[in-house]
Amino acid sequence: MATAALVAAVAVGVSVGPAGLPLPAVGEALLAQLPWHPGLSVPAIDVTIIWQVRLPRVVLGALVGAMLAGGGAAYQGVFRNPLADPYLLGVAAGGGLGATMIIITGGSQSLLPPAAFAGAGAAVAVTYLLGATGRHRSTTGGATASIVLAGVAVAALLTAVQTYLQQEHTQDLQQIYSWILGSLSTASWSDVALILPYAAVAAALLLAHRRLLDVLRVGEAEASTLGVDIARLRLTVVAAATLGTAAAVAVSGLIGFVGIIIPHIVRLAAGASYRIVLPVSMIGGAAFLVLADVAARTVQAPSEVPIGVITALAGAPFFLFVLRSSRARQELA
Amino acid sequence: MITLDGVTVRYGTACALAGVSEQVPAGQWLGVIGPNGAGKTTLLRSIACLAPHAGTVTIGGQPVAGLRRRRLARLVAYVPQLPELPPEMTAGDYVLLGRTPHIGYLRMETDADRQICAGLLDRLGLSPMAGRALSTLSGGELQRVVLARALAQQAPVLLLDEPTSALDLGRRVDALELIDELRRERELTVLSAVHDLTLAGQFADRLMLLDQGRVAASGPPASVLRDDVLVPRFGPGIHVMAAAGGTLVVMSRRPGGRSHP
Repeated sequence: MATAALVAAVAVGVSVGPAGLPLPAVGEALLAQLPWHPGLSVPAIDVTIIWQVRLPRVVLGALVGAMLAGGGAAYQGVFRNPLADPYLLGVAAGGGLGATMIIITGGSQSLLPPAAFAGAGAAVAVTYLLGATGRHRSTTGGATASIVLAGVAVAALLTAVQTYLQQEHTQDLQQIYSWILGSLSTASWSDVALILPYAAVAAALLLAHRRLLDVLRVGEAEASTLGVDIARLRLTVVAAATLGTAAAVAVSGLIGFVGIIIPHIVRLAAGASYRIVLPVSMIGGAAFLVLADVAARTVQAPSEVPIGVITALAGAPFFLFVLRSSRARQELA
Repeated sequence: MITLDGVTVRYGTACALAGVSEQVPAGQWLGVIGPNGAGKTTLLRSIACLAPHAGTVTIGGQPVAGLRRRRLARLVAYVPQLPELPPEMTAGDYVLLGRTPHIGYLRMETDADRQICAGLLDRLGLSPMAGRALSTLSGGELQRVVLARALAQQAPVLLLDEPTSALDLGRRVDALELIDELRRERELTVLSAVHDLTLAGQFADRLMLLDQGRVAASGPPASVLRDDVLVPRFGPGIHVMAAAGGTLVVMSRRPGGRSHP
């Protein structure tokens, strides 16, 4: 069902826009780019719109949505915390600071993604080092709470620095703010190429840990008596989720809410096993973000609404609806 | 054979276990008894390497402290007093978690793992419940499901922390009877913390009485279940009687007798 939703979302995403393109035309335009195309008479402008504007944006949206939702599901599993989202350990604050520094120093736009990626990754690394290596270490490696708290502290610190820099460079506020709100409006195939390797590695690693995340549902102490090396599991899952979400943040800015509501909707609809939650969240997150982006660029056309506004506006009521309509099956963690 | 040599566990400045030494021959059942806070759970947790300890715990000659988790989980199965039971998980999937030490890090369960678990569910009379969510099972069924998960580890040592505390008296006897049968079938070495002293004496080969982290007495049940050994630890509200057939019954009594006519 989630896969069908993703296919439908991609179809809508490619066909809807300022230049309305009916689905048959989309199909022809897609075919026209293939080497053996059967002599279709598609206007060159349509082919360009589909291939250079719509498709990269849809594909990028799908990848970002999959990473945010998959990362959220993985964090909820490894920290056994239903409120965990992909930004828990400082990805957002670190990415935001990295992007802010490029913007205020007048760096080239092409430096934004690597700077955001580096900031996001560095923030999580610092969080992890601070949280996992304190006096809280026990024989089970149970430092979960201290890692989460270190994440809160690191995020607060980086956000404070970012806010200070913004205040010192008010002329750049508009640009910083629009980056923070998240957008896919400048999506190109090079962005897709940038995120794809990280997304592929992250998705493969997270999916490979689906059984171990299920073992963790009995708690860290019991999972370790079942032979799970908790410290290694947590480090690998956090590293994989960070890789994926940092890449997503690098190309799309900070899009909130996807990483927390999609996994929970999947749990409420299909059960709490990570064998289901992880893959279905990735597919569902992809479909959701593609549709949210369609709304972002159409509801107030020709101007765009920030996609983060759409994900929260559409996602929150839908989430509440699902939550209320599935009272009986509420295992959130 | 499990050997404990000077096992000491401190929580901050508090000493939960102070130099506990004991040997449990393979295939035997050691009942760990003692008042609340005596260190029974801590002892089991230190054998399972959940509590950092000084001194050594060896199983079959291997010190447990240096073992990798996976290796240890093939030697020791641990059933905590209050296991975490994901309410939505089915009994079958829960028992399958016990195969974890036999499954490679990123691998999935094989048909062989499923067959072992199906056999255990059948052995414990749980086959009809295999597809049911844990939240829908009764206390007695849950207790057997948890036991089945521990047995799925196929570890020679079984640690049970108050395995029957959630059960009514009749179910307690059934549960311990089952553990005893399984112990004989699979030649398991069992260490269990037990509150019910009468049952502990009926099922365990030996008893170890802990008091404030120290071994106060240890030996065959008849040498430990005595008023002069128990009353100093549990207080005057306890009395050991020999029932017909020689069974030692540890009963509670009100020291002053009934206070109203």
